Amino acid sequence: MKRILPLIGGILLIAAAIGVWSVTRSAAWSEEEKSTLSGLWIGSLPALQPDPSNAYADDTQAAEFGHELFFDTRFSSTGEVSCATCHLPELMFTDGESLAQGVGTTDRKTMTIIGTAYSPWQFWDGRKDSQWAQALAPLESAVEHGGTRAQYVHLISEFYREEYEAIFGPLPDFSDPERFPISAGPVDDPAARAAWEAMTQADRDAVTQVFVNMGKAIAAYERLIMPGPARFDLYVDALLKDDKPAMKTALTEDEVAGLRLFIGKANCIQCHNGPLFTNNDFHNTGVPTAQNLPLDDGRASGVILVLADEFNCLSPWSDAGDSDCAELRFVTSAGEQLAAAFKPPTLRNVAETAPYMHAGQFATLEDVLAHYNHPPVSPIGHNELDPLGLTPREMAQIVAFLGALSGGVDAPPELLQAP
Amino acid sequence: MEKQQLKVILTAVITTIIVIVGLIVLMPFIGPRFLHPMMMGDQPAPSGLDTSTERTSDAGMFMVSWSSDSGELPLNQIHTWTLHVETADGQPVEGATILVDGGMPQHGHGLPTNPQVTADLGNGDYRVEGMRFQMLGFWEVRFTITANGQSDSITFDLVLE
Ligand code: HEC
Ligand code: HEC
Ligand SMILES: [Cu+2]
Repeated sequence: MKRILPLIGGILLIAAAIGVWSVTRSAAWSEEEKSTLSGLWIGSLPALQPDPSNAYADDTQAAEFGHELFFDTRFSSTGEVSCATCHLPELMFTDGESLAQGVGTTDRKTMTIIGTAYSPWQFWDGRKDSQWAQALAPLESAVEHGGTRAQYVHLISEFYREEYEAIFGPLPDFSDPERFPISAGPVDDPAARAAWEAMTQADRDAVTQVFVNMGKAIAAYERLIMPGPARFDLYVDALLKDDKPAMKTALTEDEVAGLRLFIGKANCIQCHNGPLFTNNDFHNTGVPTAQNLPLDDGRASGVILVLADEFNCLSPWSDAGDSDCAELRFVTSAGEQLAAAFKPPTLRNVAETAPYMHAGQFATLEDVLAHYNHPPVSPIGHNELDPLGLTPREMAQIVAFLGALSGGVDAPPELLQAP
Repeated sequence: MEKQQLKVILTAVITTIIVIVGLIVLMPFIGPRFLHPMMMGDQPAPSGLDTSTERTSDAGMFMVSWSSDSGELPLNQIHTWTLHVETADGQPVEGATILVDGGMPQHGHGLPTNPQVTADLGNGDYRVEGMRFQMLGFWEVRFTITANGQSDSITFDLVLE
């Protein structure tokens, strides 16, 4: 008996020592982890590639014009809705709502536009393959701007003629109301649709060309809206310079612990990777169908829509050559993995953009983490997530870390308000 | 009698304690993943992977090598590869039909895109367009090559870091 007691004591001491060692050991980042962290760092964001489908993508005049269009409520059926109605610069270009309010109510949540110039696919389901093609969708959506392309080209003729012509060349003469009705377009509204179908192909093309150029100008504006550096970026900056005091001031211990979980045990970087914290691919994460909304099959429908889209990269309205449209030409267009798959949003500024998910299903980041910890069966398709076994403390640490991704917008201040 | 029983119980208790303490001691070395499969992040790439970019096909019919045209394996960017195919004795294979697939065996998913060979560049070189990797870690890329009525495949391992 007496001999055994010191033995147990010794073993306990060793265990304690190893425990302490493993805790202190985890305070340093391995070389591999450092390389992962530098991949998430904003300094790794490459220069924005040209958009071959938009010849005006990097034209400063076009961006100024796009800025005006983005805030101009005349481009709507009620005269009250602009892009900025739902994409508010002060809310990181979102609106704080579960479902967006335009002239009606959408069935998805407003996404941020910050940094989306980097994404080959636009919308939660990627049903558009460029920013200019994307911009044309809300303009003709019955629940967003609610107008028609003929209405919009009349507005351009009336209010923006000089600006338009300085960028895109002469504006066609749309003054004959017989040929160019006040409202006409391939939209849900039967009267506007009938008016559109009654026009000649040449007149329709003249209208569509100006409409397309509006999209290209708006895209040129959106390309200037980038995320600003967050405390997380200061931390990585300091880490890469091995500046320990700066690391300490950048992130709290809990935030660092959350970061460690994010790239480790919780494995968030599988999908939220790269400097924008999104792989811009599509994943089924089993987010429940929102109340009072039909089942949303996400990418499964989105890919069919983009392949058939009037304005996709291979369309005659695109400035790209066929060989430029690799994303579209080699897209995965079928398979179970597309069912209820959605695009992971950027997590930069995510603490400022509640509620969360494609129909605002979760009110808080705590709800989001609870979802990831116990992923439910997906409404359709297969949920890619595995249970994480995180403790409440660990979940709180990840939430704390997500808060350290807020760095606001990096854009000239005049672009963040109505012109 | 009573004393003996006590001894047995004591030995059992002490053995249990030693085993538990031993497990705790060994935790940092064996890692939590073997104790609880859910307590893990992403699995590390399997050890002993052959990530060489030039290999003999499964049945030994072809020597195959790949290179990314930009010289890098970018994350989340669609890009182009050049595949070079030779016979086992070093003659370039032209006019082959080549199919591409692959995925992440540890995640149980395929490639996010549908890459294709879009040009026979001559001299055994083929252009593979539409390559894209959207996650870090271990990937397999498989080419099934048919030339002169014969077919063979080759699986390349690669690790995105
Ligand atoms: C009524 C509110 C509303 C208006 C007005 C609106 N949007 Fe949106 N926006 C949304 C919603 C909702 C989504 C997501 C819709 C979906 O995925 O189906 C979205 C998505 C987007 C995206 C996709 C971002 C990404 O990561 O894929 C961009 C870009 C965008 N909007 C730009 C614009 C522009 C430009 C305009 C003006 C021409 C505009 N929006 C007008 C609500 C609105
Ligand atoms: C398998 C891919 C995948 C993994 C792993 C993953 N996410 Fe996501 N994440 C997504 C997708 C897809 C969405 C959008 C889902 C939807 O709206 O239906 C999303 C949405 C989110 C959102 C909401 C963003 C918004 O603006 O609405 C947050 C926050 C988030 N993820 C955090 C995390 C965290 C934290 C982890 C790790 C615990 C994680 N994600 C792991 C794919 C993933
Ligand atoms: Cu994967």
